[in-house]
Amino acid sequence: MTRFSMPHPQGLYHPSHEHDNCGVGFTANIDGTRTHEVILNGIEILKNLMHRGAVGGDQSTGDGAGILFQIPDEFFDKVCPPLGITCPEPGSYGVAMVFMPRDNKVKKRCMDLVEKTVVQEGLGFLGWRDVPVNISAISGQALLKRPEVMQFFVHGKTLTGNTFERKLYITRRMIEKAVDTIAITEGCFYISSLSCKTMVYKGLFTAPQLPDFYPDLSDPAMKSAVALVHQRYSTNTFPSWELAQPFRYLAHNGEINTLKGNVNHVKSREAALKSDLFGHDMAKVLPVIREKGSDSSSMDNTLELLVNGGRSIDHAMLMMVPEAWGVKYPMGPDLKGFFEYHSGMMEPWDGPAALAFSNGSLTGALLDRNGLRPARYTITKNGMIVFGSETGVLTIAPEDVLEKGALRPGEIILVDFDKKRVMKNGEVKSNCARKQPYRRWVEENRIALRGFYGDVAPVVPDSENLMKQQKLFGYTREDLDMILGPMASEGQEPVGSMGNDSPHAVLSEQNQLLYNYFRQLFAQVTNPPIDPVREELVMSLMTYIGNPGNILSEIPQNSRLIKLRHPILSNEDLKMLKGLKLQDFRSSVIAMAFPAGGGGKDLEKALLALCEKCETALNNGNRVIILSDRNLPEGMAPIPALLAASAVNKHLVRIGQRTGAGIVIETGEAREVMHIALLLGYGSTAVNPYLAFETVADLSMKDRLPKKKDVTKAIENYIKSLGKGLLKVMSKMGISTLRSYRSAQVFQAVGLSRAVIDAYFTGTSSTIEGIGLEEIAQEANHRYNEAFKVIETQRSILPPGGYYRSRVDGERHLWTSRSISTLQHAVRTNNYDLYRDYAAMINDQSKKQSTLRGLFTFKYGKAIPLEDVEPASEIVKRFVTGAMSFGSISKEAHESIAIAMNRLKGKSNSGEGGEDPVRFIPLPNGDSKSSAIKQIASGRFGVTAEYLVNARELQIKIAQGAKPGEGGQLPGHKVNDEIARVRHSTPGVTLISPPPHHDIYSIEDLAQLIFDLKNVNPTAIVSVKLVAEAGVGTVAAGVAKAHADSVLISGSDGGTGASPISSIKHAGGPWEIGLSETQQTLILNGLRDRIRIQVDGQIKTGRDVIVGALLGAEEFGFATSILVTLGCVMMRKCHKNTCPVGIATQDPRLRELFNGKPEHVVNFLHMIAEEAREILAKLGFSHMDDIIGRSDLLSTDKAIDFWKVKGIDLSRIFYNPWATDPSVARRAIHAQPSDIDHVLDRDLIKRAAKALDSGKKVSMDIPVKNSFRTIGTMLSGEIARRYGDKGLPEDTITCNFTGCAGQSFGAFAARGLTMILEGEANDYLGKGLSGGKIIVKPQDTCTFNPSENIIAGNVLLYGATSGEVYLYGKAGERFAIRNSGALAVVEGVGDHGCEYMTGGRVVVLGETGINFGAGMSGGLAYVYDPGQKFDLRCNLEMVDLEIITDPEEAKDVKAMITRHYTYTKSGKAKDILDNWDKSLPCFVKVFPMEYRKVLGKMIREDIETERQEIQHG
Amino acid sequence: MGKETGFLDIERKDPGYRAKDERIKDYRAVENMPDEDDIYDQAARCMDCGIPFCHDYGCPLVNIIPEFNDRVYHGDWQGALDILLATSSFPEFTGRVCPAPCEEACVDGINGEPVTIRQIELAIIEKAFEKGLMKPEPPPFYHAQKVAVIGSGPAGLAAALMINRAGYKVTVYDEADKPGGLLRYGIPDFKMEKNVVERRIRLMEQEGIAFEQNVLVGTDISTRYLTMHFDAICLTCGARKPRDLDIPGRNLIGIFFAMDFLTQQNKRISKEMISPSTEISAAGKNVVVIGGGDTGSDCIGTSLRQGAKNVTQLEILPKPPAQRADQTPWPMWPNKLRESHAHKEGGSRRWSVSTKAFLGENGVLKKIRCVELEWSQKDGRMVPQEIKGSEFDIETDMVLLAMGFTGPGNESLVNSFGLETDARGNIKVDESMMTNIQGVFAGGDMARGQSLVVTAIYSGKQAAKGLINYLS
Repeated sequence: MTRFSMPHPQGLYHPSHEHDNCGVGFTANIDGTRTHEVILNGIEILKNLMHRGAVGGDQSTGDGAGILFQIPDEFFDKVCPPLGITCPEPGSYGVAMVFMPRDNKVKKRCMDLVEKTVVQEGLGFLGWRDVPVNISAISGQALLKRPEVMQFFVHGKTLTGNTFERKLYITRRMIEKAVDTIAITEGCFYISSLSCKTMVYKGLFTAPQLPDFYPDLSDPAMKSAVALVHQRYSTNTFPSWELAQPFRYLAHNGEINTLKGNVNHVKSREAALKSDLFGHDMAKVLPVIREKGSDSSSMDNTLELLVNGGRSIDHAMLMMVPEAWGVKYPMGPDLKGFFEYHSGMMEPWDGPAALAFSNGSLTGALLDRNGLRPARYTITKNGMIVFGSETGVLTIAPEDVLEKGALRPGEIILVDFDKKRVMKNGEVKSNCARKQPYRRWVEENRIALRGFYGDVAPVVPDSENLMKQQKLFGYTREDLDMILGPMASEGQEPVGSMGNDSPHAVLSEQNQLLYNYFRQLFAQVTNPPIDPVREELVMSLMTYIGNPGNILSEIPQNSRLIKLRHPILSNEDLKMLKGLKLQDFRSSVIAMAFPAGGGGKDLEKALLALCEKCETALNNGNRVIILSDRNLPEGMAPIPALLAASAVNKHLVRIGQRTGAGIVIETGEAREVMHIALLLGYGSTAVNPYLAFETVADLSMKDRLPKKKDVTKAIENYIKSLGKGLLKVMSKMGISTLRSYRSAQVFQAVGLSRAVIDAYFTGTSSTIEGIGLEEIAQEANHRYNEAFKVIETQRSILPPGGYYRSRVDGERHLWTSRSISTLQHAVRTNNYDLYRDYAAMINDQSKKQSTLRGLFTFKYGKAIPLEDVEPASEIVKRFVTGAMSFGSISKEAHESIAIAMNRLKGKSNSGEGGEDPVRFIPLPNGDSKSSAIKQIASGRFGVTAEYLVNARELQIKIAQGAKPGEGGQLPGHKVNDEIARVRHSTPGVTLISPPPHHDIYSIEDLAQLIFDLKNVNPTAIVSVKLVAEAGVGTVAAGVAKAHADSVLISGSDGGTGASPISSIKHAGGPWEIGLSETQQTLILNGLRDRIRIQVDGQIKTGRDVIVGALLGAEEFGFATSILVTLGCVMMRKCHKNTCPVGIATQDPRLRELFNGKPEHVVNFLHMIAEEAREILAKLGFSHMDDIIGRSDLLSTDKAIDFWKVKGIDLSRIFYNPWATDPSVARRAIHAQPSDIDHVLDRDLIKRAAKALDSGKKVSMDIPVKNSFRTIGTMLSGEIARRYGDKGLPEDTITCNFTGCAGQSFGAFAARGLTMILEGEANDYLGKGLSGGKIIVKPQDTCTFNPSENIIAGNVLLYGATSGEVYLYGKAGERFAIRNSGALAVVEGVGDHGCEYMTGGRVVVLGETGINFGAGMSGGLAYVYDPGQKFDLRCNLEMVDLEIITDPEEAKDVKAMITRHYTYTKSGKAKDILDNWDKSLPCFVKVFPMEYRKVLGKMIREDIETERQEIQHG
Repeated sequence: MGKETGFLDIERKDPGYRAKDERIKDYRAVENMPDEDDIYDQAARCMDCGIPFCHDYGCPLVNIIPEFNDRVYHGDWQGALDILLATSSFPEFTGRVCPAPCEEACVDGINGEPVTIRQIELAIIEKAFEKGLMKPEPPPFYHAQKVAVIGSGPAGLAAALMINRAGYKVTVYDEADKPGGLLRYGIPDFKMEKNVVERRIRLMEQEGIAFEQNVLVGTDISTRYLTMHFDAICLTCGARKPRDLDIPGRNLIGIFFAMDFLTQQNKRISKEMISPSTEISAAGKNVVVIGGGDTGSDCIGTSLRQGAKNVTQLEILPKPPAQRADQTPWPMWPNKLRESHAHKEGGSRRWSVSTKAFLGENGVLKKIRCVELEWSQKDGRMVPQEIKGSEFDIETDMVLLAMGFTGPGNESLVNSFGLETDARGNIKVDESMMTNIQGVFAGGDMARGQSLVVTAIYSGKQAAKGLINYLS
């Protein structure tokens, strides 16, 4: 039977990894008039958002499109009677839209069930209608998997309005459950909508296919006051009709990162659901969330429960997607009360989200707290509203426009057809907030504990037993020296360098805590990570203990909760909880222990008993379960706290008691951020790491902290750094609040058996199986035995750890003193024998396993003579070096690598720090220092048009192995003159790379950036760098659909730069799994033939290369090994600027010591290729191309008999999706389709030929619309190619545009190009501006006040290096983000203005949003603030605010405004200029402290104040 | 770690030696003790390398050098001692006599001067003795089984210490008057004064170890006795068979083995009996030392102190380069010219010299005949060739042979146990350091051939580990 949903899991592919992002919009007649135009307009919006969607592998199947509108009574009046259906009056009948199986017999059974259920529910069944469809509108997979589309009609009998709607909801759930009993219908039956108010037409379409497929939509009788549309872009190409949107109430652009947690929380609250409105029907709708749905459909499921449970749709939306309301967030008490009240009942559905929703009478849209999706609207004078992901989706004459706006982060907009009004954010929220006295309810019911989270009392360590305790919980010297010590003394997580070359926990002979078998997941491409430091005000660690009970109720008692400021409990806090005598909050301490020496069975028994004890405790009226391993009786070993916590959590969810209970973990085991994150991620409420406190106290008392701190301060610091670390772990995944992080399980397991996962960590991805309870018990016993050992033959000290710094008796490393010295000797003397010795040390893991590939063996075939194998000089062309920026490594090292790779005809990678243009010119001897790959990272340092045109490959770095999901920072003291010049910044000013690319918050954004880059440099290929994690294959499929030419799968082990050490160790996964998953997913999607795969991450030998090729890679990256050949000795001090061999340093004294030569790199890579050739010959192949993707030539090395390896199963890595069809392409054999053949710029270039050739001035007029994206970019690339960064003289080419410009207007616009736009612009205007000039002003015919309306979208001037921008109107969020040189004048900006700015000047003539100047380390901003409120909206962490006193400076500002006026004729500018003397004092100057210091404008005493450097990794 | 830029800001500072003119007059230790203030600074130069080559490439004992450097830098002497004693049995010995391969592997040494690791080690242990931190550490209880350790050199002492702490009663047998083996009798006082050895022996006795002196196993007591009375035996008798020079004139009077010469001087200083008939003295003599190693250098220092007229040291190998040779890049033990304090005290050195014959009159040595060699590469190996016509004679009345050792030597013991030996004459042991005889273990130079004190300690510990595992 043909299913129209996704395939089953196979190999490393799992459908749960699928993502989708999209375009969303609606249009409505505000007064509720129903017209056919509305539907036509909806379809038009859809078509204009088409570039935000995608097509699949077959190039014709869209990812999905749909439209939601009011039930068109007039239409049904027309079409139903001929079918014998008589619809009663509007509102008293309901219509269902159903996808039916095409098999007639099954269809009949479904129809019978539908009819039966409708009648059972007391409604009248009116009849069926076959929805006419035009199947010629679709082709490919969409056609193949097409369902029958039918409608049925239901009589409400006595029911109308909301009551009828609720009954229809119950009926639909009952039908769904009934149909589920027919097993074969799985994925074949789906009700798109069943409502008496709205209906949904959707399917697996591209936008234009929707109206073609459904002729109904073109019927003039189809009338509605609202049309809500959605264009889907999914990462996969699997046809799934049902996941097209809108759903019943909403359409979603973005992604819910916390889905697992949200679903778990909803599930655990089902038992308590009660509602007078539902009465006995309550149980019928359970489970609320349909399994196997997408994030958006799960959200829709929850929304329909809340709405049918009696809350208004706007209220329910605010409950699910609250805006930030933390202490630092500017918000009134009533609204704060509203959000706080609901926060106890519903965890935020967190993640980037622009949501459009409608129940037929109310229609609206909402943006999540981070505001990472664009949301623009236009209201016309004739009562129409258009909302969409872009502006310009409907053409509206300028003179008809009443207002143009955009939703700010956390804002909502609502159209009420009854009131015939549009309600803005403030009104909607106030209405909701004042429905009940929420603020008072919270204040009166919240349980206040005196002294809770008060001062930390000094902990007195039990020095007698401390080491014994430490050994019992597996402490190492490294834990003390490298983790706890620095945390306690600095208050933040320590930083390390040079990646990871140690075994996975499951391969390690060192004792491993259970935590180490998990890896953090992180956001890449489909959702952005967040900056928890600069955008702290959206983050929250607050959580509750207590039970709000029934989430459908609105009673004061729902606030009877204990609020935890953060989840780390001090000993005093825990004592307080233990002592609580309050009804409902009594606690019970339960020991986490099993008999020492016991095996897996004993452990299992102990876990079972533990769960039962918890259950009993709850039944006895206790509400706080404290799981403790403190003071265990002799003979009892601690159960790993994570195992105990997760087991208990799972048990309590199963018995429906989880929401009522707080699970607090009192443990000696947890000490690192990762440990706490795991405990919370698997359901714990709070943690008391008592032994860590004691250890910190001991370090402090013994004066062993890196910086002297007293005990109290040390513990406070330690707690603080745990908090910061947790925020970072959450933000890596794009999650803002701990409440939604809790239970979200955003981890993958590496090396745990299926049995353990299923029993205790259900739903966690684990690809290679691994250890079970037996081995977990064994490791726990080992710790116990070490702790209670009587005899020591040597002075007893803690074990070394040896993970971050190598120790002979510590963790194993592949980079050892011997492998390094042998390799260095080999490359310097070009001695292949020595290389062989080196390679053997790395490759032979038969006794000592370090990597997954170490467990592989090759299935050798009939060997061929070595001379028949392609020469090494061919193989080395596949080699690239990893992205290491000039700045992170020295000029000498950076250039040596470039020269070497150019000699080899491989590719070196510039890294993210730009490149000195001098290097673009070849040297006289034929060498070239120009990196073939130019990287584009989130900081966009030095990314100019000139930089981009001088590349063979443009690489978008989404994540990096050592710290995926995090940003970075180059501290000011490292930014010397040369680095500053290359990066287009100011010497001495800190450079911060944000965690996300601010122009990539979702997959369609990535497609846009790829499009931008192909425009600026049409000859370069574009690659996207991802880091391996569970689900990376799916992301890679999305990347392929975004038309990237190459995707790099980076192992999490790699990384040469500085990172928080917990990220090096705990985030991301091994490349073997990621690469294989990518290969399999691309093949399953039919996308592999058009995209190359590159792999990197601790690739060290020819054998590694061959393994990579067999798993599907065409190209291979080297980084650490390259540095080693150049002299690196793995000091792992890259972050300290003290590299003793002159590589990772800018200190001239040390750079002089650099001893590496390009020849060393050349020798090394040739030897690697030689080794690869030898293996190729033994495998029986002559060319690398022949073995790519031949994972069938790999098998598991059976000879390895390490006890923990026995449970590992590698078969999913070796899985071949092509096994049945060997003709399937396993590597890239043709190019991606070109998107840039017909762009507007081709025409612009032709028309500007004279200017380009001879510098003659040209001018042109061009009308534009929103689908014209990236205007001016290809032209700018052309300028940069010919004239470099200096470009052409000002105004050589002037383009006058009219209309609404698409995204990336003027991206990388070069000097000499002037772009004047009359109309408006979308997101990313002036991205990477490279000297060009952009002017945007409304058409003359506009009648609204431009200063009060939005004229351009979000993220403007991102990474601009020079040029000018004048906007007569307001801009969206993140204006001039990471600007490093452009001048701009704008009339108002959204939140996060001038974020991360490092240079340039910005004048804002109106209001700003909040968090202005966050992370701003350079440049200047002047904000016109007559209301004197700006300091409330500015992030004062790094900037000073002052008035303009210097007359020269005043003159400069005035000159900028004068230019603005000259170009735009801005009324506001004129007012200000006309009253300059009065206006000047109203300007606030935003002056970054660092910049002030560099300019020498800080007094000495001020400089000497020790400021906490804002650390970001 | 120490100071982040310590290695850049602070120069290496060795405590140096007592003035030449002064030190040459006595046998007391020539090297100054490290100054406390300097030590903090010197420890600050350690960078706490991600891969501490000193620890895992340089040090045979795998001393956790960066961590004790760190503790010293922070003034935490107890902490430093705990780290040091976790791997090193007798830092007071190695801190004085180890050639410190750790320093040759120090990352600071790639482009500059390595950290003064040996001095820091010495400072830690001496500070510990000074502050009374060195206390006997008897085991919490004794098992029934008993262990004999044969030989009380560095390997034997290390083994005894470890086995005793594991709870097995240890008796150490040694043929000499006093325990210490080579530490006491081989190493001149001017390198390590003997109270250092005595201090340690006392401590070991207080921990419960019994020392039986003047017992030559195989002669004074039988191996049968040992196997009957002990549950396991650890052999650590050293490599004591000196390499001889079998050339014409070897029988002439005036040719001695270096170790005999050095031992006698040590005994003399600690006032042990020396038979006048065997007395060897360099006083007033033209001494030639054959062999360019450490023992040779010890012979120079001792000869000069005894009042030799002049001393010449001959080495068969070519003169090494002043800096690390290309063939031995960092972090390898470098082939380079080493000048000990003894060399600075007097005498002369010659390289690429082969001795052809001892020439004498009336059975008494008068001169030696030498020839110069030319070394060349052949099949990747250095091979010497005599340079025709380059023969020359050196007037001498005393030759000291310091050309190393070729095996355990103690044949009666080897034979009575029936121990198997390997191709090089060392006792053959398995992975657990057990010999072919069940329950009999061997360690130190006896098992692995002649090497450094530090290596002997390591090997002794390995044997002890094998033995303890065997018993438990």
